[in-house]
Amino acid sequence: MAVGTQYLAEQPKLRTSSMVLGAIAIAALLAAPFFFYPVMLMSVLCFALFACAFNLLIGYVGLLSFGHAAFFGGAAYFTAHAAKVWGWEPLSAILLGVAGAAAMGLVIGFVAIRRQGIYFAMITLALSQMFAFICLQVPFTHGEDGIQGVPRGYLLGILDLNQPLAMYYVTLAIFLFGFFAIWRIVHSPFGNILKAIRENEKRAVSLGYRVDRYKLGAFVMSAALAGLAGGTKAIVFQFATLTDVQWQMSGEVILMTLLGGIGTLIGPIVGAGLVIALQNYLAASDFPVLVLIGIIFVICVLLFRRGIVGEILEFTRRKSKSAA
Amino acid sequence: MSTIFGVPAPALYGQILIGLINGSFYAMLSLGLAVIFGLLRVINFAHGAQYMLGAFAAYLILNYAGIGYWPALILAPLIVGAIAVVIERFMLSRLYGIDPLYGLLLTFGLALILEGAFRYWFGAAGQPYAAPSQLTGAVNLGFMFMPIYRGWVVIASLVVCLGTWLLIEKTQLGAYLRAATENATLVQAFGVNVPLLLTLTYGLGAALAAFAGVLAAPIYQVSPLMGSNLIIIVFAVVVVGGMGSILGAIVTGYMLGVLEGLTKVFYPEASSIVIFVIMAIVLLVRPAGLFGQEE
Repeated sequence: MAVGTQYLAEQPKLRTSSMVLGAIAIAALLAAPFFFYPVMLMSVLCFALFACAFNLLIGYVGLLSFGHAAFFGGAAYFTAHAAKVWGWEPLSAILLGVAGAAAMGLVIGFVAIRRQGIYFAMITLALSQMFAFICLQVPFTHGEDGIQGVPRGYLLGILDLNQPLAMYYVTLAIFLFGFFAIWRIVHSPFGNILKAIRENEKRAVSLGYRVDRYKLGAFVMSAALAGLAGGTKAIVFQFATLTDVQWQMSGEVILMTLLGGIGTLIGPIVGAGLVIALQNYLAASDFPVLVLIGIIFVICVLLFRRGIVGEILEFTRRKSKSAA
Repeated sequence: MSTIFGVPAPALYGQILIGLINGSFYAMLSLGLAVIFGLLRVINFAHGAQYMLGAFAAYLILNYAGIGYWPALILAPLIVGAIAVVIERFMLSRLYGIDPLYGLLLTFGLALILEGAFRYWFGAAGQPYAAPSQLTGAVNLGFMFMPIYRGWVVIASLVVCLGTWLLIEKTQLGAYLRAATENATLVQAFGVNVPLLLTLTYGLGAALAAFAGVLAAPIYQVSPLMGSNLIIIVFAVVVVGGMGSILGAIVTGYMLGVLEGLTKVFYPEASSIVIFVIMAIVLLVRPAGLFGQEE
């Protein structure tokens, strides 16, 4: 009882402070293209959304998917094909990518949720590798070349996306939509059941929840949002290649989330920003990126498993506890 | 020329042999994964990298110290096993008792470091490694010509798999190991040094992978990418077999290798995905795997 009231009392304070922070963040994002290179910002936004989608699964259901590249890269292929070969308008091309990723999520999720924990990770990895092999062989992906020269086109037939600023604000809008969707899912009754499954699956079953359906639902949503990120990336960068479907990409999104903080809403965004910035920085130097990514993985797992944002949250929580 | 199901017999036998060889590597690697997982509850993502490291160890000691294939077959596993012991002592051992996913992520990071470093030094292209002179040439089996080295790989892997199985099922050390898998605390209370057992097990698993790497060096080229290409398939093999049983891991490895070879004959387009398809089917029909028990 006491814990409950304390929790309720804390809520409004938390809400106003996070709303202020959110408003500042959105203002910063709106102003950002005047200070930074828009292409890099758009890359961060796409990967941040991808990492948030991945985090929905690991952070709130406790399922580590090692195959999220399949949804990200798969959607990129679908969107690129629709925009280039069929000449679709960009938004509907992206939506086709989302639908494709959701359908793939339904199939892969249906197989993968039959096992938990470590097996789930291995199964998703194997199934996404299978998808990568298929992408290498079917003609529409153009094998090693990928789909190049995807037109950005006119959004809804009106807005010319070849202008960098227009493209940036559309990407930002898509990112904010995706982030808001995840925020809504996490804070809905559905999201609470997901967290209950994460904490104690057997108890959730004994309470009468059909755990498998909730897991599959979360998996499909996560896949669809990863697809939203992938489809947008295909329009922004105007290509879709095998890189996006391969296991290294699944590893990268895990790293972004782990580095930022698994199970925190903004952790994956911080992680994505850091990893992209680091990759850009290293691209000019001779140092092998793979080695650095591996080193960050090892350091994160050994020293701060909560991630950057997670550790900060934990620190402030402890501080406020000792103050009270 | 004789045909079987409309396929020339020599082509069929040839693909079955290649399947057996691939299966040998699947079996050795999934065996190591199963041994490590059984005791440490860690999925060793670095297994592929340790396999690659074994092949490179053989390549490096040949080119810089002039040490040939036969000593490398012993030395490379020892070197890689020693590295693995250090990794277990200083990194993996800190993760026991927490969510096993962190062990997977740690070894994934290690795999990336190893693969990235070797790509940086040697490039993505493969380095050739010659088979020893005693094992070159081919032998006529009556129905087909078999390169001697390939026959040697199948036999050597069978011996290693059987040896590991005997070590675990029939020796005192293996009995400790199996007991610690069941209940580590109790075994420790009886005076067995369980932390040492964990370290040795990880070292043994990595040494097995390195041995497979040396065997593979003359067949496939020694390349930094050889491990990551293989490890994902081996994960699928492990899911199909179920990680509960050592013998299960071995049998599944050979079986899927041969099946993959047969697919190359009858429907080559599907040969790269057939193992994953089988994994999906097994999961739908028998989620615990062919030899596994529901946990």
